[in-house]
Amino acid sequence: MTVVYEDHGDEATSDIPVRRIKFTINGQKMIAEVEPRLLLAHLIRRGLGLTGTHMGCDTTNCGACTVLVDGRPVKSCTMLAVQVDGREVGTVEGLATASELHPLQEGFKEEHGLQCGFCTPGMMMAAKALLDENPEPSEEDVRWALSGNLCRCTGYQNIVKSVLWAADKLRAVPARGDDPPEPPAHSPARGDTPAARPASPTNTGQEG
Amino acid sequence: MSQALDEIKIGGLGASRKRVEDNRFIRGKGNYTDDITLPGMLHMEILRSPLAHARIKSIDASRAWEIPGVRLVLTGEMMATRNLAWMPTLSYDTQAVLATDKVRFQGQEVACVIADDPYIAKDACEAIDVDYEPLPVIVNPVQALADGAPVIRDDKENQAGNVIYDWEVGDAAGTEAAFAQADVISKLQLHYPRSHPSPIECCGSIADFNRATSKLTVYMTTQAPHIIRAAVALVAELPEHMIRIISPDIGGGFGNKVPVYPGYVCSILASILLERPVKWIEDKSGNLISTHFARDVYLDGEMALRRDGKILAVRMHTDADHGAFFSDAQPSKFKIGLLHSAFAAYDIPVAHLTARGTYSNKAPGGVAYRCSFRVTEAMFFQERMMQAAADDLGMDQAAFRRMNFVRDEDFPHRTPFGFLTDSGQYAKCLDVGLKAVGYEGFRKQQEEARAKGRLLGLGISTMTEPLGAGNSREYDILGIKMFDSAELKVHMTGKAIVRTGARGQGQGHETTWAQIVSHELGIPAEDIVVEEGDTDTAPFGMGTYASRSTPVAGAAVSMVSRKIRAKARRLAAHLLEVSEEDIEWELGRFYVRSAPDRGVTIQECAMAAYSNMPDGMEPGLENTAYYDPPNLTWPFAVYIVTVEVDPETGVWDVLNTVAVDDCGIRINPMIVEGQIMGGLAEAYAMANMQFITFDADGNCIGSNYMDYMLPTAWETPGFELHSEVVTPCPHHPIGAKGIGECATVGGPAAFVNAVMDALSGTGVRNIDMPLLPDRVWEAITKCRDVSGAPPVRTDD
Amino acid sequence: MYPSRFRYEAPHSLDEAISLLRDGGDYAKVLAGGQSLVPLMKLRFASPELIVDINNVPGLDYHRADPDGTLHVGALCRHADMERSALLKTAQPTMAAAAPLIADPIVRSRGTLVGSLCHADPQGDWASVVLALGGSVVAQGPGGRRTIPLADFVLGPFESVLEPDEIAVEAVIPAPKGVRSGGYLKLERRVGDFATVGVAVALEISGETVSRAGIALTGVGGSTIAATAATDALTGKPLSAETIEQAAGLAADAARPRTDHRGSAEYKRHMVSTFVRRILSRPAETAERAA
Repeated sequence: MTVVYEDHGDEATSDIPVRRIKFTINGQKMIAEVEPRLLLAHLIRRGLGLTGTHMGCDTTNCGACTVLVDGRPVKSCTMLAVQVDGREVGTVEGLATASELHPLQEGFKEEHGLQCGFCTPGMMMAAKALLDENPEPSEEDVRWALSGNLCRCTGYQNIVKSVLWAADKLRAVPARGDDPPEPPAHSPARGDTPAARPASPTNTGQEG
Repeated sequence: MSQALDEIKIGGLGASRKRVEDNRFIRGKGNYTDDITLPGMLHMEILRSPLAHARIKSIDASRAWEIPGVRLVLTGEMMATRNLAWMPTLSYDTQAVLATDKVRFQGQEVACVIADDPYIAKDACEAIDVDYEPLPVIVNPVQALADGAPVIRDDKENQAGNVIYDWEVGDAAGTEAAFAQADVISKLQLHYPRSHPSPIECCGSIADFNRATSKLTVYMTTQAPHIIRAAVALVAELPEHMIRIISPDIGGGFGNKVPVYPGYVCSILASILLERPVKWIEDKSGNLISTHFARDVYLDGEMALRRDGKILAVRMHTDADHGAFFSDAQPSKFKIGLLHSAFAAYDIPVAHLTARGTYSNKAPGGVAYRCSFRVTEAMFFQERMMQAAADDLGMDQAAFRRMNFVRDEDFPHRTPFGFLTDSGQYAKCLDVGLKAVGYEGFRKQQEEARAKGRLLGLGISTMTEPLGAGNSREYDILGIKMFDSAELKVHMTGKAIVRTGARGQGQGHETTWAQIVSHELGIPAEDIVVEEGDTDTAPFGMGTYASRSTPVAGAAVSMVSRKIRAKARRLAAHLLEVSEEDIEWELGRFYVRSAPDRGVTIQECAMAAYSNMPDGMEPGLENTAYYDPPNLTWPFAVYIVTVEVDPETGVWDVLNTVAVDDCGIRINPMIVEGQIMGGLAEAYAMANMQFITFDADGNCIGSNYMDYMLPTAWETPGFELHSEVVTPCPHHPIGAKGIGECATVGGPAAFVNAVMDALSGTGVRNIDMPLLPDRVWEAITKCRDVSGAPPVRTDD
Repeated sequence: MYPSRFRYEAPHSLDEAISLLRDGGDYAKVLAGGQSLVPLMKLRFASPELIVDINNVPGLDYHRADPDGTLHVGALCRHADMERSALLKTAQPTMAAAAPLIADPIVRSRGTLVGSLCHADPQGDWASVVLALGGSVVAQGPGGRRTIPLADFVLGPFESVLEPDEIAVEAVIPAPKGVRSGGYLKLERRVGDFATVGVAVALEISGETVSRAGIALTGVGGSTIAATAATDALTGKPLSAETIEQAAGLAADAARPRTDHRGSAEYKRHMVSTFVRRILSRPAETAERAA
């Protein structure tokens, strides 16, 4: 590997701390040398050239940058690249196998769950985290699990249908292609009961 | 026996064909502007003003220049030496590229840094010292028009105050006379608040000036690449043929990506100066605080009514707050866009509209966010006035609308503001909607609930839209007529490529344009590739916004396909050795009328175009069509929403949302429904939580996603869509009308009317959007209207 | 959206982390979930010189109850873990009610309760919950451990009493004496929003009377507010419609809201009393005998 950069003089370069990290991206082991301030999303997009993970805001709200770190959904814009040292990162590019799309990808196409496509990778990764934990979600479960991901095009209804389509397919066809099913190396979230939800959309305790 | 192909099977009209675009998006292989890297590319960041109105005393960028990796720092002063500190807008005004004398809104571009890395560029922006002298701030038209108000645009000669335009349409005298005859006059004042289209992807550009070839290529998030090419030629004084604008995949537009932004101009200049590609990708805060917002219009409306419910006349005055620069992309003849399409679906004999536009210390814009050139305002004002009028008359909301509809048999219909509508089945749409929502049952349920102290409400909204701007007689932007185009090339093996002057941002053009060709030529849709967005290859068009693509570019696709078919017919005659008069067409095939088994497929005709032409015929099977629409299309919709309001907290939940959309022929029903649902979600957003406001100092509240509330999947209700009513457009080649913005146009009033209906009995006439819990609570408890106009109330 | 430069260390033990902080210079910050700190750094509202990342320190990602019901929440226990916790659902109704309302599901998979307390955001939800429960923060420094009641822990907005070389390692919720009940209600415009108004109510009922009560308010003052007058009105008596109404009114009085784009001060006070009343009026369906 070759790295070339401009010589601005000894003073300037000695100022910049660079850290060496080792991590796995979509199953592939990588080494990177990064400034601590580099955001994980930028390591993925610029360092690795995996531009499927998108950046849509600057306040950790939109979720377009959602990836999986050790199986758990993370907004990659709010994690430092150095923090994935020793960890496994999963992005949208790792969803499909060599021969098959992931049922989530199929579901989004079947149910018209995307229009401009910008929020879609983040939605699918968040949905994957949900389905890894809860293979039989209700519509409400899906809406709740995706409430950290914003979409402006679809109005969400077809996104929900897409995820439910994928859930149906995953339950019907547990093994995909030639790969035997493996339990995730790290459980999606630790806990013994399903994720809680407030009783009503607006959660103001109003009795029905 | 017919050998016509099955149109649905081959992906023609009416097929809910799965989208071609999806194949790359679901794999994360989209090609958005920020995904593109060019060799030697540099990065640009913009320094923005923290103040809403201030004189710039000095800018010191010396520390910024010292930071290793910084290549260039641009200020207004430097731009001015190249005559680029100001640029013309699409509305015959000027806009600052980088501020020189003053800053005129919080977030305005003051300087930019180009560096090896965006992190370094940001470091350098922080190192630029700007000395400001604050000036008094204007955040609404009342302040703008007050005596002694500071003149925001003191850069313009002949600008005495803050008025941009005074415009009127309709019949003042006739309206006055009608009002004099009225039994009841219904009045309503309200503010349609500032909102922002906020697609998830922000704006950006990569400008690449190649010194060796003198060609400028700009990758840009633009919905209208050809307009941009013309604008760049004008502003940068580069020859038009040496400018190439490439609009790659766009992560949502909604009108936010039509205008020319200072960031684009700076990136272009930087690339020319540095002879390297320069990438500028704004962040969400920059997008929300400085790019084209939507709405911010005040209504003073009156309706003259006969006692039995007949509307005699409508009078409206609107004040539009355009921000610091008048830079909207809209047909130049109409200062307030197509706001005068209001009431087009109702049979009203006479009306008068006066419209004023003012400057303020806020970001420029107004025409954006699925507004169809302010038809969102038109229909919102209309349906809020209809609601108030029915209440004033003591009439049922549905009955009042129904009795005033233009009847099916009365088309073509000239509206009081001069539009010509040509088709619709308004009453039928209303019937379908009322049945779907269970209208009678709901009213009973509502009464019973009220007795128990529960507030249920039902809101109706109708809309018709002047889509497909527009005919060259009346529509132009900066003098350029608003036609659109399609180029179709059929290859020798019968596969094809179609390019248009439109530029989709999620509407599915790559899927639907192929369906139109498939419909006209019988070529399977999967054999047709669609391209848009590169000005070097796409035929000239005015881009995609205001739902104009199906009406105009789609029509062009149909027309060019027919040109191809006409030539193919001649080839067929030649192949079948009969005269053209003996040839008939069925989907995919020409045949001999007297011997139907003798025929040739379209693919065989294509091959013949390259290998077996009749004498005198030009070879090849390629053509282009430019379509100047004869009229606007007029989709119609009824939206009905039911809600329950919690009187103790002001929080309201949606029970049901029913949408009945008549958009004529639906090319791809699945995609049409997607557009409607997206629009309804945005309607809900605006009605419930989403707006941008300002405090008295001009600080923008809503300039990031912590403050600008977009609903998530959790809050957004589900939608029930109806497609039973189909009234084809009489003049569109395939009878389609367009759909992209209908639900955003008609939806908000349905939600608001529902809440107002729940509150009937409190005497509250209006609560400005968004109907936040505190506003609803205040209305219920104090039995008074609640305004949301800026400046926002604070304790201080 | 780009933080300014800083040095970064990722120790593998608490002692190492503490030494790094001690030697680290003027402005060092501990990084746990990062869901509050990193956003601030991206906006450059915070520009620490050194980040000490404790995510690799083992043994901090627990939450467990002692036999007497004292709850210990480790520094790396994520909101998502709390959201899924059977322990919380059975024994800690106020916490169980609040956990799903923190930020959004993705942020919850990283953010931590202890980190949230240290961040000392006046609009932080956990602070109200822990305050209402009479909880404390356990800090560890070069000199050892100390337990700081939350009421004393926050100095001001985004400022805690932690010394520069101290790390918060645990939050502790004291053992209940009676049967726990309570809840958390949050008025937010959408998931992920900060609270316009948030109310945490934590009760313990022994026999017929309220043996302990805590009410704390989010978003209606410069910091989390403990509505002590309101809890005084409840303690030592049976819970009744009258005492509930009193507490609701006194809690509203304790609020110091500002009128702004989220609503008038009057409305926010009204919501405080509404939330208090609603939580207290609910039947105690999830509480179980804890002792």
